[in-house]
Formats: sequence, structure tokens, C-alpha cells
Amino acid sequence: MGVILYYMNFLSLFVLIPVLMMLGLFVSNSRKQIQFITATGASLLLILSGIITYMYLTERAAGNVAEMLFTADTVWYAPFNIHYSVGVDGISVAMLILSSIIVFTGVFASWKIDPLPKEFFLWYSLLSIGVYGFFISTDLFTMFMYYEIALIPMYLLIGIWGTGRKEYSAMKLTLMLMGGSALLLVGILGIYYTSGATSMNLLEIAKMKIPLTAQYYFFPLTFLGFGVLGALFPFHTWSPDGHASAPTAVSMLHAGVLMKLGGYGCFRVAMYLMPQAAHEMAWFFLILTGISVVYGAFAAIHQTDLKYINAYSSVSHCGLVLFAILMMNETAATGAILQMLSHGLMTALFFALIGMIYGRTHTRLITEMGGLMKVLPFLGVSYVIAGLASLGLPGLSGFVAEMTIFFGSFQHTDTFHRVMTIIACMSIVITAVYILRVVGKILFGAIQDAHHEHLTDATWFERISVVTLIIAIVAIGSAPFWISGMIHESVIPVISHLAK
Amino acid sequence: MDYSSFLQMREEFSLLAVMVFLLVYDIFAGEKGLKYFQPVALVLLTVHTVLNCMPRDAFEVAGGMYQYVPMQTYVKSILNIGTIIVLLQAHKFLNEDANRIKRGEFYFLTLSTLLGMYFMISSGNFLMFFIGLETASIPMATLVAFDKYNRKSAEAGAKYILSAVFASSISVFGMSLIYGSTGTLYFTDLATLITGTPLQIMAFVFFSVGLFFKISLVPFHLWTPDVYEGSQTNITSYLSVISKGAAVFVLFTLLIKVFGNLVTQWQPILYGLAVVSITVANVFAIRQQNLKRFLAFSSISQAGYILLAIISGSAMGMASLVYYVLVYMFSNLAAFGVLSVIENRTGKVQMSDYNGLYQTNPRLSFVMMLALFSLAGIPPFAGFFSKFFVFSAAAAQGYYVLVFIALLNTILSLYYYLLVIKAMFLNKSENPIENIKSDFPVRISLVVCTLGILLVGLFSTIYNQIAVLSFGM
Repeated sequence: MGVILYYMNFLSLFVLIPVLMMLGLFVSNSRKQIQFITATGASLLLILSGIITYMYLTERAAGNVAEMLFTADTVWYAPFNIHYSVGVDGISVAMLILSSIIVFTGVFASWKIDPLPKEFFLWYSLLSIGVYGFFISTDLFTMFMYYEIALIPMYLLIGIWGTGRKEYSAMKLTLMLMGGSALLLVGILGIYYTSGATSMNLLEIAKMKIPLTAQYYFFPLTFLGFGVLGALFPFHTWSPDGHASAPTAVSMLHAGVLMKLGGYGCFRVAMYLMPQAAHEMAWFFLILTGISVVYGAFAAIHQTDLKYINAYSSVSHCGLVLFAILMMNETAATGAILQMLSHGLMTALFFALIGMIYGRTHTRLITEMGGLMKVLPFLGVSYVIAGLASLGLPGLSGFVAEMTIFFGSFQHTDTFHRVMTIIACMSIVITAVYILRVVGKILFGAIQDAHHEHLTDATWFERISVVTLIIAIVAIGSAPFWISGMIHESVIPVISHLAK
Repeated sequence: MDYSSFLQMREEFSLLAVMVFLLVYDIFAGEKGLKYFQPVALVLLTVHTVLNCMPRDAFEVAGGMYQYVPMQTYVKSILNIGTIIVLLQAHKFLNEDANRIKRGEFYFLTLSTLLGMYFMISSGNFLMFFIGLETASIPMATLVAFDKYNRKSAEAGAKYILSAVFASSISVFGMSLIYGSTGTLYFTDLATLITGTPLQIMAFVFFSVGLFFKISLVPFHLWTPDVYEGSQTNITSYLSVISKGAAVFVLFTLLIKVFGNLVTQWQPILYGLAVVSITVANVFAIRQQNLKRFLAFSSISQAGYILLAIISGSAMGMASLVYYVLVYMFSNLAAFGVLSVIENRTGKVQMSDYNGLYQTNPRLSFVMMLALFSLAGIPPFAGFFSKFFVFSAAAAQGYYVLVFIALLNTILSLYYYLLVIKAMFLNKSENPIENIKSDFPVRISLVVCTLGILLVGLFSTIYNQIAVLSFGM
């Protein structure tokens, strides 16, 4: 153990803890043990993310201006210049916090998962390895590897524990995301070989100049590759089906964190490494993301299944992330990262609540529900909070993020960007429509179904999950300074690289 | 002439010694002694593998008929390990009453093909190469028809021998053209004498057919599904891994050693073959219900991926190729191991028979899943690394489009691998396969394969060792 830690530095604990969780689960044989292992592991990860944040902020306060902190580098495959290198900046720290909160709450949301709890948490841990590993690595190869590790457990998680058309959705999701990763792999190999860099480290490749013609080929490939995971129109179709069929914790982790891998990757890899092509081609992708934003919101209005509503709303909100990134200025980019954080938290809260409501009412159709506020006050109030965060009420995280994004986008003075911004702004109104409609329909009014009158409110483990998420949403919404400051200073190097 | 130089061919002599010993043992040992036949054979083979696993300095024997380079040791070791795993998996089958009497022959024939592959790998002359090729294919046909009262097996044997002979005769024709245009069959001389005249190009095309057949690339693959389906499962796995592994390595070395000057000709040929093999095999694999045919098509497409390493012609390509063969061996043998256990016990090979397998046989399904994920190239399993390296080797030479096509095909392949996983984990079955307690040798083989799948990728030492000894154009 000591040797491994010596080589890997403490950031790798984020990967090591889930690995240990998996080993523990492998030998566990009762539900009690499984719950103990996963709860301990998830709590440790949450604590660790707190420690990382603290250390990061103190280090920055002490005047360390390196782009990545806590870096470590070990040669892995020397002939290919593949290193195992890790490091974090403000963006990755924010993402690590997000992942930890969602992994933690996901464990409690699936406290009583049935059948095969052991296998469920094994795959769940593997998924979290992929997520954490992606955010801490700075090497293109390891990034890609972790990205793929995060994809494959999804098939079994949705296929075995999902609901509805689960087999179809699982296959669609897996194959589409694999398609994305195929584009990505060509992009990564292209970046590496045409840059002439001597390692696959991001920071090193960023110093090289990739020939312009190569950028024209590999920028769209890389951007689309990550974009598929970020639900970029027209490659978003896996998302509604996948999220609707997935079990609660998996929807939470997938919509909350995994889709953020897409945005993060577009920003960190595609745009950072190929700035010229990014400038030239941004308009095209900007239109696609604009469509995502508006189309997602409109589609959400039309749905009657709670999970589909939320899944389409995720398409819209994640579209906004990519939209903001493509605006290529500091404010918008900071907003994009904030939006990832905020959307991750509130969509996880939504999915957790939907899972809990579904577990009680056995329906997700809004037409079959009503007046739930009377019987399920805790869940009802939490749902309203999630809804308000989603439509951007000041004081909650959604407002901070969207405000920053639109502020940033409007800094562009040309017509094209202005028009795009205005169109994207419209989504706020549409969001309000579908959120308020759902809240009004299922929570208020008369109780639709006589069976619903005797439902019991949230249990303790469900409350832990919900309260943690609400605290995080309120914390970001009411005191965004520390986190937006942290993100902002890490966005600057990327943006200044783009401005050249 | 200094005959002591022959003693340098240590691998071949040691394998020959094992073979002769086993043959004599099988003939002369009594009923009691024969009980220990398989353990003794496996121990001897393991000793043979361990003794010959260290690379030595390059040398030549018989004036260049036999050329040794250190890399060959690794390839031969991979083949040895694979053979041992196959024999472990065949342990149960050979202990059945009907087959016990043929046990000695099974070992002898298997090891003769292995010996043939050794000579093929180390040959320095086309004649030597041809002897190796034939030594590897003719006993193979006997093995395929091993279960002679089974109609499918006999049919497969006939198909194999006919098409193998046809392919090698075309190959020999190619060799004769090479001899006709250059006046020599020694690889070292040919490297400069082959300059790219039309006759030589034609000779190359004819010659390479023999190898393409062995690797079973599209359009030389038509024998593969039938033969794979017909022969006994352990022999199928031997055919798909060992025989193929040797052939791809030989193809690579010949292309760079002998046909180096024809590089502009063979690169487009391989390009086309790679695209066609991967795509056609993947499309056909989707529809297969018989898992042996399924794995046959999967192995054709895997061979197509290996061509990506060959096409690069670089040292990196060779290292990726050997590494790919190693990983492919572990993954494919794990899949075939599970398949053979289930087929031996229940006779079921249809995909629908695997419905609900996880409920009754969690361990076997788990191994099968790892194997399929590794074949599909999913991290953190070894198959991901081997695929990445192969793609990387091709991309380094600028074959981005080829890599892209291959990657699109990996999605297709993931689809059909997931179909099996879906059957095992997701589907419910009225009467699933009962719980199978596999015997000790099979269990060892599956553990070895699983460890290989899990660890070969994560520990870079193995690749780095291979990369040190690899060479290219």
C-alpha cells in the first residue's frame, strides 16, 4: 500500500477508495456489510473532497500559481509516452466535490436496492472510479481510459436494475457513448501524433502547436466525441431513454456527473489543445448547442413521465454548459463550470426525489398523480426546492450559474452571438413553464388515486440523501464567491490560451 | 560441418524431447502409469516453457535456414502458455471413456502443430517455412476430425484439410515464382533481390494467400465458422488462438524482412483486407446464435484488428502485435474455456441456452463477461490496452481513417458481445443451465486467463519487455 501511495500521490486516493470498496464488496455476504462498506467508502470520499478543497484553497492563498496543483507523474507505458499523471485545478476540484456529493447521496438513495445489492454496488463503484479518475488525470490516455471505464458499467446497471424499456435503453446508451469514444480516440491519437509532444500530458501538449490542418480534422472529432456525452444535439437521444430507464442512483450519477465529463472534456481537451480550430468552428457547434438548449426545454414540456421531463431538462441544461464554453470568455466559461456543478446537484436531487416518489406511487406519469404535498410533505417541499433551483430562483445555485453564463455571452458584441444568447435565454422561460406545471400537477390539487392517501414520507436514509443535496444547492446559491473565485482563476489559463 | 550449432535450436529440441517421451510413455506405460499421463505431460510442458522463456542472442543455423531473433522467444512462450491452457481445458474431455484411448495422439498431434509453428516462426528460408506451415496444418486437420464418429467433426476435418492444402499449394506456387525471379529462397538474400518487378508482386500475392488463410482474413475465411463449429471446442480454441497467433507474427516478420521493398504494394492490400475482415466478420457475428460460430466471426474480426499493427510495419507495430496476441490469447481462451465447460457438461452451445446463466453459474458468467469485455476492448481489462496500442501504432503512421473505421467496428462488436452478456445477466430463463462444478484443471486455466485479463494491461512491464526486443522496417 505504502509503495502504491508513494507512486500515486494522495489524489489517487479518489480512485483507490472505490477500488477498496469493490474488493470489500467482493468478499461481503450480507446486506448489512454491503451497506457498511458503501456508506463508509462514500463518506470517506466526501471527506476527502473536503480536504482537497481546503488544501487547494490554502495552497492558492499561499501564492502558488501553478496551473495544476498536487501534480504527480509516473511513467506507465514508456514506448508510447503514456504517463500516469494526476493534478487538479479549480475546475477539477469543483468537479470532485460534485462527484463526491452525488456518489454519497446515490448510496443512500439506493440503500434498499433489490435484487443483487452486491453486484449493484460493485458496478456503482466501478462507475465512480471512472468518474473520479477522469477528473484527476492530466494525461490524455488515462483520461480516455477512465472515460471508458465510466461507460461500461452503465449497461449492466440499467439493464439489470432499470425500469421500463431497460434493455433497449441500456444498449442505445452504451453504443452511442461508445460511438462518441470512438471519435474521441481518433481525436486523441491525432492530437498526440501531430503535436509532436513527448508525452500525452495535457499541459505539455498545450505548449506545442498543432498544425492548423490537423486541428481542423481533430477538433470536431474530439469536440463531438465529448459532446455525445454532454448530450449535444443531435447526439442526445441516448440521454432521455437512458436516464428514464436507469435505477435512481444511476440516473443521479449519470445525469449529475457523467454528463459533466463531456463538458469538462470539451473545455479541457478539445478547446484548450486546439484553440485556432476552436475559434474557426465555434459557430457551428454554437448553433448545435443552441438547438440543444431550446429543443431540450420544449421537449420537456411535452413529456408526461417525470423522468423524461427531467432527462430532457438535462439535455437543455447541459446544452447550456457547452454553449457557454463556446462563448470563449472568462465569465461565460466560469458560468459553464458553475452550471455543471449546479445542474449536477439539482438534477441528482430531482432523480432522487422521482425515484422516491416512484417507489411509493409506482407510477411516474404526472397525469396519475396529484396532491402529493399533503401525504408526502418532505418529498413535496424538496421537489419544489429542486424545481425552483432549476428555473433559476435567486439564492439557489441555478441562478448563479445561468446569470454568469448569460452575462458572459452577452459580452460578445456581434449579432450572431447576441442572437444566440437571446435564444438561449428563452429557455429560462420554458423551463419555468414545465417545472411549474409539474409541481402544480403532482403536488397540489386533489389526490388522484385513493391508494396515494396512505403513503409514508421519506425514511431516514432518503432524508440524508435529499438534505445533503439541498444544502449543497443552497450553499452554492447563497455564497457562490469562494467556489466561483476558485473556478474563475482556473478558467483564465485556458481562456488566455484560446485568445492567442 | 559443425553439427553442434544445431543444439542452439533449444526450443525445438526440448519440445521434440517432450513429444517423443510422451509418445513412448503412452505406448509402453501400463494401465496404472497411464493414470498420470496428463499430469506428467502438463508438468513437462510447463518445464519446457519455463526453461525456454529467456531470450538469447540472435544466431543462425544451417547457413541461414533457421534464423533466431530474441523476439521469437516471447512469441514461442506465448504459444506455449496458450497450448498449456488449452490442454488444461481439454483435460476433462480426454478423460472420458471414449477418448482415453486417443489421449496420447491428442497430445502428440497438438504438440506437432506447435513444433511446426516454431519452425515457421524461426525459418530463414522459404522451404523451411513451408515445412513448418505444413507440419502445423496437417496434424491440425487430424485434430479437427478428432471426434471421427461425429458427422460435423468429420466434415470440418475434410473442409479444413481441403482448403488448407489448396491455400498452401497457392502459397508454394508463389514461392516458386519468387525462386524463379530471384534464384534463391533465403530471406536474407531476398531482402535485396526483391525489387518490385511485376512477377515478384504476383509472387507475393500468391504466397501470402497461404498465410491469410491461416489467419482467416476475409475473403479467405469461409472455412472458419464451419470448422470452428464442427471441431471439439478445445481444438477450436487452439485453432483460433495458437495457430492464428503464430501466423500473424510470421506474416509481420516476412513482410518486413523479405518484402520490405514491396511496402507500397502490401500496405494497400492489407488496408483493404483489414477493412473488409473487420467489417464483414462483425456484421456476420451479429446474427450468430451458435456461440462457437459467434466466436469464429469474432476471431476473424480480431485478426483484422491485428492487421492494423502489421500495416504500420514499425517496431511499435511489432510490439503491439505480440502484445495483442498475448492478450487475445487470454481473453479468447477464457471465453472458449467457459464454453467448453458448459458444452462438455450439457451439450448446449446456443446463445439462448445461456439465458439466466448468472443465476446458476455466477463464476463462469463472470469469467465469460471479463473475456468478452476484454475482446471488445473495454478498460480496465487488458483488451483495451492491446487495442489502444494497435490503433496507436497505425495512427503513428498516419492511418487515421483506417483507425476510425476500425473504431466504428468496435462499436458493432461491442453490440454483439453485449448480446451474450445480456443473455447471461439480463435475460430470465425457465430452465437455465444447472450449476456446474468445473474440475480442477479447468479452474486453473480459467484463473490464469482471468489474471491475465486483469493484470497484463495494468502492469506495463510485460509490454515494455516486448517493446525492447521488437524491430521494424
